[in-house]
Amino acid sequence: MMLFMLLFSRQGKLRLQKWYMAYPDKVKKKITRELVTTILARKPKMCSFLEWKDCKIVYKRYASLYFCCAIEQNDNELLTLEIIHRYVELLDKYFGSVCELDIIFNFEKAYFILDELLIGGEIQETSKKNVLKAIASQDLLQEDETPQSFFDDHGWAKLAPMQK
Amino acid sequence: MAPVRGDGMRGLAVFISDIRNCKSKEAEVKRINKELANIRSKFKGDKTLDGYQKKKYVCKLLFIFLLGHDIDFGHMEAVNLLSSNKYSEKQIGYLFISVLVNTNSDLIRLIIQSIKNDLQSRNPVHVNLALQCIANIGSRDMAESFSNEIPKLLVSGDTMDVVKQSAALCLLRLFRSSPDIIPGGEWTSRIIHLLNDQHMGVVTAATSLIDALVKRNPDEYKGCVNLAVSRLSRIVTASYTDLQDYTYYFVPAPWLSVKLLRLLQNYNPVTEEAGVRARLNETLETILNKAQEPPKSKKVQHSNAKNAVLFEAINLIIHSDSEPNLLVRACNQLGQFLSNRETNLRYLALESMCHLATSEFSHEEVKKHQEVVILSMKMEKDVSVRQMAVDLLYAMCDRGNAEEIVQEMLNYLETADYSIREEMVLKVAILAEKYATDYTWYVDVILNLIRIAGDYVSEEVWYRVIQIVINREEVQGYAAKTVFEALQAPACHENMVKVGGYILGEFGNLIAGDSRSAPLVQFKLLHSKYHLCSPMTRALLLSTYIKFINLFPEIRTNIQDVFRQHSNLRSADAELQQRASEYLQLSIVASTDVLATVLEEMPSFPERESSILAVLKKKKPGRVPENEIRESKSPAPLTSAAQNNALVNNSHSKLNNSNANTDLLGLSTPPSNNIGSGSNSNSTLIDVLGDMYGSNSNNNSSAVYNTKKFLFKNNGVLFENEMLQIGVKSEFRQNLGRLGLFYGNKTQVPLTNFNPVLQWSAEDALKLNVQMKVVEPTLEAGAQIQQLLTAECIEDYADAPTIEISFRYNGTQQKFSIKLPLSVNKFFEPTEMNAESFFARWKNLSGEQQRSQKVFKAAQPLDLPGARNKLMGFGMQLLDQVDPNPDNMVCAGIIHTQSQQVGCLMRLEPNKQAQMFRLTVRASKETVTREICDLLTDQF
Repeated sequence: MMLFMLLFSRQGKLRLQKWYMAYPDKVKKKITRELVTTILARKPKMCSFLEWKDCKIVYKRYASLYFCCAIEQNDNELLTLEIIHRYVELLDKYFGSVCELDIIFNFEKAYFILDELLIGGEIQETSKKNVLKAIASQDLLQEDETPQSFFDDHGWAKLAPMQK
Repeated sequence: MAPVRGDGMRGLAVFISDIRNCKSKEAEVKRINKELANIRSKFKGDKTLDGYQKKKYVCKLLFIFLLGHDIDFGHMEAVNLLSSNKYSEKQIGYLFISVLVNTNSDLIRLIIQSIKNDLQSRNPVHVNLALQCIANIGSRDMAESFSNEIPKLLVSGDTMDVVKQSAALCLLRLFRSSPDIIPGGEWTSRIIHLLNDQHMGVVTAATSLIDALVKRNPDEYKGCVNLAVSRLSRIVTASYTDLQDYTYYFVPAPWLSVKLLRLLQNYNPVTEEAGVRARLNETLETILNKAQEPPKSKKVQHSNAKNAVLFEAINLIIHSDSEPNLLVRACNQLGQFLSNRETNLRYLALESMCHLATSEFSHEEVKKHQEVVILSMKMEKDVSVRQMAVDLLYAMCDRGNAEEIVQEMLNYLETADYSIREEMVLKVAILAEKYATDYTWYVDVILNLIRIAGDYVSEEVWYRVIQIVINREEVQGYAAKTVFEALQAPACHENMVKVGGYILGEFGNLIAGDSRSAPLVQFKLLHSKYHLCSPMTRALLLSTYIKFINLFPEIRTNIQDVFRQHSNLRSADAELQQRASEYLQLSIVASTDVLATVLEEMPSFPERESSILAVLKKKKPGRVPENEIRESKSPAPLTSAAQNNALVNNSHSKLNNSNANTDLLGLSTPPSNNIGSGSNSNSTLIDVLGDMYGSNSNNNSSAVYNTKKFLFKNNGVLFENEMLQIGVKSEFRQNLGRLGLFYGNKTQVPLTNFNPVLQWSAEDALKLNVQMKVVEPTLEAGAQIQQLLTAECIEDYADAPTIEISFRYNGTQQKFSIKLPLSVNKFFEPTEMNAESFFARWKNLSGEQQRSQKVFKAAQPLDLPGARNKLMGFGMQLLDQVDPNPDNMVCAGIIHTQSQQVGCLMRLEPNKQAQMFRLTVRASKETVTREICDLLTDQF
């Protein structure tokens, strides 16, 4: 079972956190701090797995983002790397060549996609096609129902292009 | 720019941009506070917000929370969003609730109601949203509210596949927090049969659930084995095109394969059926064969997925430990990985090999890779890989290669990372001791350890070398010579001074014949280090000096000068001051004979498990590669955790009873639960040490069961065999008692279905009411759990309750009963009285029912001080100067029960000629008289 997943930048900024175990907020912050420091200090060719407390850490860097998962002693490290990869593929497909900014500005989407891939720290659906289908059907529901105030909100000023 | 779909919230995007543009932390906080004020006023304002606005503000709050700020409002608005008929609003509501779970009971009720509504929805997207929320929160409330709906969703024929997947994992999440949520009976087989489902996603999710259920109740779910084996076999032999989207980079269903392989590891043996076993072995062989095929893709995803399955298959092979052929093949495969260019694979191969090294079938195979592993230890760039190589070397070590491996580890230690030094030191020390055939080699290794990595040599390590030198006469002269040489180095580690000081103090005479190490030379060499050492080491050296006075009377005056030094006699350290003055007096007052007796050579230490091993196990619970299977062949008597901390150097115990000296020279680490001093003074120090560590600590027989001794003490090891150790700590006040039982799993596997049951009849329970807390059903490898019992004495009773402990160890059921240390004497309050009132009461209690007498043979040899100690631990007051015959022992006490207090007197008269005891008990209640008399009969 996965205990938690953290996404953070090379500068150590936390971009996404998903906890599959109930930790108090204080503990979450402490864990995050410790892991970010530990992982950022590691060199590129080093092993992607770490013994940490009573669990194992599996991490991988994609461009400017680190994806870091904690799993239980018995869990399979290599396949956890591939869970990370599958998630990246899904984000990439959804946002179209994903970058860190997509995840910052659309963090809620990143959560929704993760919830389709993993539930309670276990893999729910390994098929990329099926997850994308589920997300697409959510978006479809949303597009049907755009409310008036959405237009109001965007009406009085044109959305300025944001820098990536 | 970031693409925004459908529901992009402009306000949110602007806010996020603002935050990103903040130049400082202060600016960010300011911006956030402004936003919080804005949102708060919107939520409180008169204007009703529409769904979109609510969603936007809730989302902003969520963003602020995820930045690490506290959020204390907005929960109600989020809950309102749950019942929105717009999906995107509902979804944000759920997200907020999932991330900021609030225990506020009013809200939880509303949330549960919304979830209930969504679970009823015909749209699977809504149902899944609700299921995901339940799984994200996973609380007891959720389990109670949905224990009916979710199992139904899981097995119903009408449920869509996507919902089934979510339902399986949602149920698993709830099961982890509330195990009672899973219905039994016919549900079991319906859940198991999900393994046959058409939809691979459903099978994958269900396998995770079943794995957890099997761990809880292996027998009930045994039916899953056959289905899992055949499913696995079909996947492994499938072509990668068969499974379409469930093929991942040319590997068919890697996630499901790994989960099935894990599921099967819950059983050992996996199956009793020959056919199923054959099919499984065939499947495992196919997986091993595929590893040899050329890769279908150069992508790392392909090799990771393929090897993930391979490693899991090897785990299963190691777990079964029954197919030599497969074990050897697995080992060869891992050997290939050791020189793979992927660091990850090398790391995992080393880890997996640690397990293979402990199987008798593959141990020799693993040894073939020794060269490569040594290279890994030296050359790997990543310290975690180097550490894994050290672990493997430790696991593959045996008598044949010990010298080489130890030497390599010592070489490496000089440059090893600081983070792994301490553990390496422990490992080297253990290996050297375990596989030493020549103890001069052992002494060399340990002294080298101190030289190379002195700071990382813990007390246990140098204590141990001293124990061994004292126990092995053949090595004493060599040890003295070697430490003497080592001490000549201009800078030597303080630990070297400690070892040197101790060994020369005991065996310096063995090298004194050589003029280069004459007594005065030895003394001057040691004393040249004295001023550089800590007080603890100085104290040890002072003891060495007094021993020198005995060994070498010719240097007495030199040593007395040192004792007399101002810095010692008036040292700020009380221990040093005391030692200096007492030793000085001893050297002046005592005759040569007395000195020789007091400072006699140390007696041998009892053989026992290396205390260093215990430290290593504690450092890495459950992860010390145990090469114990081959242990049985080694002749060294290894006893279980029986420890002895009473071994105080005889010269000191006579001089000095301060604790510092016990610590310094009682060369061992006592288990933490041993010297508990409960509030009850019944357990005297002598009694705890004398009994718990008594003769049977040397016993090689598997089980140690000490109940009888607990008549006279409250704390200690109650039971011990090769699997389990049970320690007890207890305290009593008036008619109430509290017991802590400590169950320690000594094995390398978890003990499952662990269940202690109290055996105490309902009738007895009316007299002594015992309540026992439940314990976790799984006792992890190397772990200890505590169980609390409370006892209330309502009326006096006979005998004591027992507990029956049952558990599964490696698939076999274990069961035994143990009597609890809860006899009626525990409720004694000692009563002080003088001779006059004692005999007055004694005469008053002369009725037929108030007296009880037994005559019994004394244990050989008749031990009066021992008997006195026992009586002090029994609970009554041992009264001196009451009985005119000083050999006789008389006691008085009151037994507290809820209904009454029973006064009780006792007299124990030894007959030295006949080696007999006569025991007389008088009490105001007949049953008490008889029980106390029974309890004490034959105990002395």
